[in-house]
Amino acid sequence: MTIATESRYVGKPMVRREDKRLLTGRGQYIADFTLPRMLHAAFVRSPVAHARIKSVDLSAARAAPGVVYALSGPELAKIVPPVSDSQLSLPAKWKSQIQHKFLNPQQPMLAHDKARHVGEAIAIVVAESRYAAEDAAELVAVDFEPLPAVVDAEAALKPDSAVVHEQYKTNTIGEFVLRKGDVDSAFARAKHKLRRRFHHHRYAAIPMETRGVVATYDERTDSMTIWSSTQVVHWVRKEAATMLGIPEARIRSVALDVGGGFGVKGHVYPEDLLIPFVARAIGQPVKWIEDRHEHLISACHSRDQIHEIEVAFDDQGHILGFRNDYVVDCGAWNPIGSGIAYNTAVHMLGPYKFQDFSVRARIAATNKVANAPYRGAGRPEAALVTERVMDLIAQELKLEPDEVRRRNMIRADEMPYAMGVPYRDGQPIVYDSGDFPSLLAKALSALGGMGAFRKRQREARAQGRYLGFGLGCYTEGTGVGPFESATVRVDPSGKIYVTSGACPHGQGMETIFAQIVADLWSVDPADVVVQLADTSAIAIGFGTMASRSTVTGSAAMHDASRRLQKKVLAIGANLLECAAGDVELRKGGVGIIGVPGKEISLAKIAHAARPGWDNGRPQGVEAGLEETNYWEPPTVTWSSAVHAAIVEVDIGTGKVTIDKYAIAHDCGTVVNPLLLDGQIVGGAAQGLGGALLEEFNYDAQGQLLTGSLMDYLLPTASDIPNFELIHQSSPTPLNPLGVKGVGEGGAISPPVVIANAVSDALREFGAEFNSTPIKPEQIVRAVRAGAARR
Amino acid sequence: MTEPKMSLVDVRLTVNGKPYAGQCEPRKLLVDFLREDLGLTGTHAGCEHGICGACTILFNGEAARSCIMLAVQANGAEITTVEGLAKGAELHPLQQAFHEHHALQCGFCTPGMLMAAIDFLKVNPAPTEHEVREAMSSVICRCTGYQNIVKAILAAAPKMRASA
Amino acid sequence: MKPAKFEYHAPATVDEAVGLLKRYNGEARVLAGGQSLIPMMNFRVAAPAALVDLNRIPSLAYIRADGDTVRIGAMTRQRAIEFSPVVREKLPLLHEAISWVGHLPTRSRGTIGGSLAHADPAAELPMALQALEGEVVARGPAGERTIKAGDLFSSSLTTTLKPDEILTEIRFPASPPGAAYAVEEFARRHGDFAITAIACLLVRDGTRCKMARLATGGVGPVPLRLTAAETILEQRGLAEDAIEAAAAAAAAAVDPMSDHQGSAEYRRHLTQVLTRRAVQKALARKP
Repeated sequence: MTIATESRYVGKPMVRREDKRLLTGRGQYIADFTLPRMLHAAFVRSPVAHARIKSVDLSAARAAPGVVYALSGPELAKIVPPVSDSQLSLPAKWKSQIQHKFLNPQQPMLAHDKARHVGEAIAIVVAESRYAAEDAAELVAVDFEPLPAVVDAEAALKPDSAVVHEQYKTNTIGEFVLRKGDVDSAFARAKHKLRRRFHHHRYAAIPMETRGVVATYDERTDSMTIWSSTQVVHWVRKEAATMLGIPEARIRSVALDVGGGFGVKGHVYPEDLLIPFVARAIGQPVKWIEDRHEHLISACHSRDQIHEIEVAFDDQGHILGFRNDYVVDCGAWNPIGSGIAYNTAVHMLGPYKFQDFSVRARIAATNKVANAPYRGAGRPEAALVTERVMDLIAQELKLEPDEVRRRNMIRADEMPYAMGVPYRDGQPIVYDSGDFPSLLAKALSALGGMGAFRKRQREARAQGRYLGFGLGCYTEGTGVGPFESATVRVDPSGKIYVTSGACPHGQGMETIFAQIVADLWSVDPADVVVQLADTSAIAIGFGTMASRSTVTGSAAMHDASRRLQKKVLAIGANLLECAAGDVELRKGGVGIIGVPGKEISLAKIAHAARPGWDNGRPQGVEAGLEETNYWEPPTVTWSSAVHAAIVEVDIGTGKVTIDKYAIAHDCGTVVNPLLLDGQIVGGAAQGLGGALLEEFNYDAQGQLLTGSLMDYLLPTASDIPNFELIHQSSPTPLNPLGVKGVGEGGAISPPVVIANAVSDALREFGAEFNSTPIKPEQIVRAVRAGAARR
Repeated sequence: MTEPKMSLVDVRLTVNGKPYAGQCEPRKLLVDFLREDLGLTGTHAGCEHGICGACTILFNGEAARSCIMLAVQANGAEITTVEGLAKGAELHPLQQAFHEHHALQCGFCTPGMLMAAIDFLKVNPAPTEHEVREAMSSVICRCTGYQNIVKAILAAAPKMRASA
Repeated sequence: MKPAKFEYHAPATVDEAVGLLKRYNGEARVLAGGQSLIPMMNFRVAAPAALVDLNRIPSLAYIRADGDTVRIGAMTRQRAIEFSPVVREKLPLLHEAISWVGHLPTRSRGTIGGSLAHADPAAELPMALQALEGEVVARGPAGERTIKAGDLFSSSLTTTLKPDEILTEIRFPASPPGAAYAVEEFARRHGDFAITAIACLLVRDGTRCKMARLATGGVGPVPLRLTAAETILEQRGLAEDAIEAAAAAAAAAVDPMSDHQGSAEYRRHLTQVLTRRAVQKALARKP
């Protein structure tokens, strides 16, 4: 028996099958979806950051025109008891290795005791139209007893701070320590030491489609259907089952076309549960579409970490010891527990040899929107620290920044390389493959090399212009477990049907999975039917986040296909009246090896495989052509990249213009280079948004100052440069296709690349940019302060 | 003042060459009227305050943001939405260029991006890359990083000039 | 983000519109291009009892050269001004300023009168009105009056128009042929409201400056004429040191506000930098 592994479609820049519907206005996003008798919900959200809710008066809202239903947090708490605080969902293997303490307060569907951030939902109003629902929501009167707002994460950790979750008597809701080697003696013997403080500010995913939920309850079958703009349909179903008290089998959870997610739709929100609850209570379908203001004040924010670091190094710039004590400003809730903070800890090591280090992370509850993973999920913060440190060491030793990096980098001939600490799946971190120095060389060469740049920089300076060079290297654990699922079936038509727990939101997975499955089955991609993001298609699934769907989904499809193919070949051989070992998959069917033509089509084999009279199965082969696989990755695969940029700084206005930006990238086997480039460029553009423009600002009372897209500045086409991409491919040995994840990577480096480049441009002013975003005013201040010192 | 009266207004307009008539509250936003009353959900509301551009349509031939217009203001107007671009199965040259250059990912901004680009290429049929980037700063895309959108528009421009 | 209820009127004449405003006694808002008003209504920070929509009064949209004066109807779209040969020839500064206003799709709807009456301190058109020494015509129940640029803006988002007055026409003196002009603006992104903007109009006579007009946007509650800086240029000419002195005088003359977009100190700094650059940019144009 031979199974083809010819790569006819994997690796090809195929255009997307998703495009046509999206280009012609015939996609279907959650806001486009309607049901007969559907009602519309609006929320009453807290206008204050921290207050006790004394009472909520819904009487005027209930009497308002068009209103069908209204419910407050205190009322809901009486009907559905709030979920108790949960245990951290981490593998035992991690817990046994890492000294940690986590408190996990669970956000109720509606706030009932206290409002913990501006924007937290306190009541819901359901009416015949969204207009009427908003009219009524304005009539809801909430009696608040104001409490001091906890806004500063470091102050939050002090004993005299007001407390967000009073049951804990502290705002430290998470803490862990990660250590390797003997950092104290490393510091004791080091000749050079540096201390710095870094702040990676708060910004967020901001997909162009906000969140949204439609739910309908069918009393006849006691079943619920939930359509949500989510990255995790199976998780929505699980939580809804618990809350509604009905079996998962009676709940269908679906994501339609999803207008971007980038992590912010990667967990279950209170609204995902409350809308189904309300739909059942009313007995009519209910729709809630989050508006942009709601999105900014209630969908999760991200980043927001303060690091106090100390690094010890030798005369050659080798890092000897590293200490870091950092605080994550978590906002009022912590939906993903340790995920971000621990990602930061391990990704700080980057492509370098760190022997002795000690890291302490603390997670602070504050009266802000909850902090949850967003594209990069703790890694941009890590890169800001490590990659600024590399530049600072270079500056201290009067070396070039690329040289210091090269001296500390793990070499290709040292792969696989054990880092000596566990990943968050509890497995030891071992860089499985890659060539970091080569990525660095490629990125530098794309910008003409460091020497040529220095010459250009001097020439520009002579004309009064300020150019700077910025580097940012990273490694990224991708394709994390616990698992992803896939079901593969040969349709009676002969087409290959595939489904998975993966939930696409713009990545082009229908196209990519069709390419992969087409190769696995030696069929045309057009003969692959891909269905995703629907719990009725596959019972168990995980979802799309953490740069994992192509990695884990493809592996599950591979293993399910290989198992199914044994059966297909057995039936094919039966029909061809030969031994199973003599046939192969080819041309959309099964043929005899070495005998061209006479292939039995997959449709015929599907017909033969059916249960019942006159089937064509050989003895001992069960009916049906369907297999499901749950791919449980051994651990993560390690992608890597080097970003390099040349910027020009206008010292008059503080404006930063990106002259050139190159990305040398390695994500193993490339499934679709066209889509790969799209992922990298899209991620990098978001990173630049964070570096230069986007920012959630709170005032001392916890009021969000950037609650509209007038103030929260998303990058536009004129803010983003063309990126030059250089690909390197080191396939991972950890999955059948050799693929590593790519979704998040682009967003990791840009903040530190810009910080390094602007610091380089303004070095003569003694300016250091150790916090983000890099704002024009900050630049002007640094230049004026530097000029005054001279 | 007393509570404003709830009288409905008539809206008659032409969308993608077809006449439509409807009734709505005066406060109904044009984007909601197109989507809810006419069922043309290709036009998306991304911010509802005139910044993101996802709702961009052609209003009497000129790009405009339908989330900051009232439906009643469209009385007598000729509107083109993304649904009106393709001729049957044949994509508009700009749609085709977006497809070939992978100029869309989630697709949510795409209708606004297409409509804004069509208007821009009418006033500037042979733009430079810089001009494209500056003009297209009217619509925000969160997925693509714009690189392929710019490529697609530059590639479509000569085709649109030829068919104009 | 849906507007609260309101009564809607689309009068066919200015007199009818004025009558409606009088009837609502300050509770109605005029709807021009709607590019600022409707977003405010969607956020429900504005919830007028009634809207008086001027978009059905075609006689309010025109651009006419009338001797040395250019008259622009208040409901003229910014886009029409952008592509008007009359404006390009006689008011090149206004033409340049328009290109900084929002984006093409917002200029399709946004009107010159709407922008002036909205009086956003960071908007470009109020600044241009100041630099060009324009005036506006307002009509109310008592008839018409003209208001000079310097008398129109009273504070942030507030004008001296009465609640029952409608802005009907904007008049600009045509700039002398060969006048140098420039708009310099700093915003975080293209198309955003200015953090600081400077408009500059110069009439040169060799190295002498016969006339200088400088106005600000974004650095105070209202757009300001920078008269001290103008005087320096008119008296000392257009050499580097005079430009530098004018820029310093500009920075000294403004009293900016601080907000999360920028501190007062930063805006004052930008005023100096952009004044210098605006004059230099104007001078770099071929006369």
